[in-house]
Amino acid sequence: MQRVLRGPRGNWGVSGGCHLLAAPPLPNIPAELGSGLGRLGQALKDQLPTWGGGWGGWTPPGMPPGPRPPEEADVVVVGGGVVGWSVAYWLKVLEGQRHGMRVLVVERDPTYSRASTVLSVGGIRQQFSLPENIRMSRFSASFLRDINEHLGVPNEPPIDIQFQPSGYLFLATPQGAAGLEATVRLQREEGARVALLSPAQLKAKFPWMDTEDVAVASYGLEDEGWFDPWTLLNAFRRKAASLGVHSCAGDVRGFVTSAEDAMPRRGLAPATARIKYVHIHMPDSLEYQPVACAIVVNAAGAWAGELLRAAGLPGGLAEPPLPIQPRKRYVYSWHCPDGPGFSCPLLVDTTGAYFRRDGIAGNYLGGMSPPEEEEPDPGDLSVDHDFFQERVWPRLARRVPAFASLRPRGAWAGYYDHNAFDRNGVLGPHPKLENLFLAAGFSGHGLQHAPAAGRAVAELVVKGRYESLDLRRLGWRRLVEGEPLGEDGVV
Amino acid sequence: MWGTGRGADPLLLPPPAPSRYCGFLRDTYGDNVVAAVFTLSCGGGVRFEGQERWIRPENLWRPEVLRLRDVPVVALDLSGTPLNYNGLDNLVPLTRLQHLDLSGCPHLDDWALGRLHVFGDSLRELSVARCPRVTERGLATLHHLRELRRLDVAGVRVPSPGLVRILLEEMLPGCQVLGMDLGDGTGTDSPPPPGGEKPPA
Repeated sequence: MQRVLRGPRGNWGVSGGCHLLAAPPLPNIPAELGSGLGRLGQALKDQLPTWGGGWGGWTPPGMPPGPRPPEEADVVVVGGGVVGWSVAYWLKVLEGQRHGMRVLVVERDPTYSRASTVLSVGGIRQQFSLPENIRMSRFSASFLRDINEHLGVPNEPPIDIQFQPSGYLFLATPQGAAGLEATVRLQREEGARVALLSPAQLKAKFPWMDTEDVAVASYGLEDEGWFDPWTLLNAFRRKAASLGVHSCAGDVRGFVTSAEDAMPRRGLAPATARIKYVHIHMPDSLEYQPVACAIVVNAAGAWAGELLRAAGLPGGLAEPPLPIQPRKRYVYSWHCPDGPGFSCPLLVDTTGAYFRRDGIAGNYLGGMSPPEEEEPDPGDLSVDHDFFQERVWPRLARRVPAFASLRPRGAWAGYYDHNAFDRNGVLGPHPKLENLFLAAGFSGHGLQHAPAAGRAVAELVVKGRYESLDLRRLGWRRLVEGEPLGEDGVV
Repeated sequence: MWGTGRGADPLLLPPPAPSRYCGFLRDTYGDNVVAAVFTLSCGGGVRFEGQERWIRPENLWRPEVLRLRDVPVVALDLSGTPLNYNGLDNLVPLTRLQHLDLSGCPHLDDWALGRLHVFGDSLRELSVARCPRVTERGLATLHHLRELRRLDVAGVRVPSPGLVRILLEEMLPGCQVLGMDLGDGTGTDSPPPPGGEKPPA
């Protein structure tokens, strides 16, 4: 007995298999006992872990845990952070036919110990100076507002990203005032609701602030604030997995392109090539799986540039090099009982230092991006507490006198996927590798742009052009031609 | 099998028609009529400036609302209606709204509360009591409402009601906060109905 399931996307196909065939008749047992035993059996089966397939959760020692990569996939997404899973989710939404394409997400570190997503402060704002960034943020805000309609899975509890709509407050000195006002005009044209405040208005609204040397401030009134990145990442993962996205743990370290097949013309490197295989290396092992693929999406975040360098691409195919590098950023947490109250926004000072309220018990998070010449070594995620003592704290204490006495609680470090060219994301196809798409380099605002960037790349892959957001200016062409698209509001 | 079986959480179902934007009325009749028509079609009540009576959907309201088309709306009772973020499009242009009752709205969440800043100059009484999706994070956005004198937050689920009450009182110095008391997770007895006069049920 097989039932045909229908859902909002039409015919889902036949609901599988042997467990719906008519059960053999029970011999002479009262009906309640039979169904009771059936329920007991189902409950016991549900208790068993679903990992590990046929092994029932135990794998022989020496074998890598988790599912192995398949031998072929239509789209391989390298990187299992929020951008990678967003691309995978939108690919499934736009594919048009259930199980129309096989999408594989490859994540190097399933514990996410170094992933930028989960170490992020979690802010979302529309106050950017580039129109594309403003539009991506607005798209993402409306996505997050209706997150249960997009990412809700039946029979699971509703998703709560713990969004705090407190807004961003950017302060500007007299030198920067004209620039800030021009930026606010642009943001308002794009539909963002931003208010300009004078020092007197600032003092009235936020009496805990010292407004010395502040000429004007811009305050986001709606759809700005912060949320929990882990919840968003898990929501994307769960929904994408329920739509049929495969995932595996592994490190992509090699591409096999069609350049090896083509006859070399007098030793010249081929102009373009297609990636035919992706080599996924198993963790702690020498073995690797070549996965035949049609399309590769590079969502490796801070390591997007390193992926292309290490991929063993021949000759000029790796040119121009992708200028995306990991940059270490510290986030410090402290407790201050007399600090700013409930109305505290995410304040970005004239000096670049920022902080926000964390919960309601008088805790705050903050940090600062160091100047170029003082960039810390991104080799590991160790925290430099002197940076807080000497650089961040004095600046914040000058702006908020209550912070003169605070108790540091802890700190962590994470990576920005810093685009050294112009500090904006790179989205779109590679100039030389025909089936490689890139979605990385957001330089600190990748989390808030992830839903929009995922949709944009999925539209490029499925339909061949941008439909909901026109992000052509964020493509690779500007890197090749040397025309930076600057973003002033990088925090 | 969306929306059926054990997982048929009514909060997950899309809200019905009252999130439509009655923009087609705006050009002919103005913002106040748009807000009044929207509120009345949701099942709520409207009170205009200078009027003592609330207009309710049970009465014949269409001719009366048209008669008052140039009078500002000062009070809206949207308690128990399926109002949501998009439905607020109909209300945000109001400039003289003084009393807003949003208690018991099942779809009103923190994002929607973030839109109420537009009433910062006029709103004096606000109720978000018993809204299941409102949390302390949405309450933190109410600091824009400088004229607020009564805020009813009974039944709003927050982690520590006593602390949130203190933070609210600190944030809105001239405002009386009702319904969030120490040592009680869901607020105590329901406060007297705020403002205006309601006709007997």
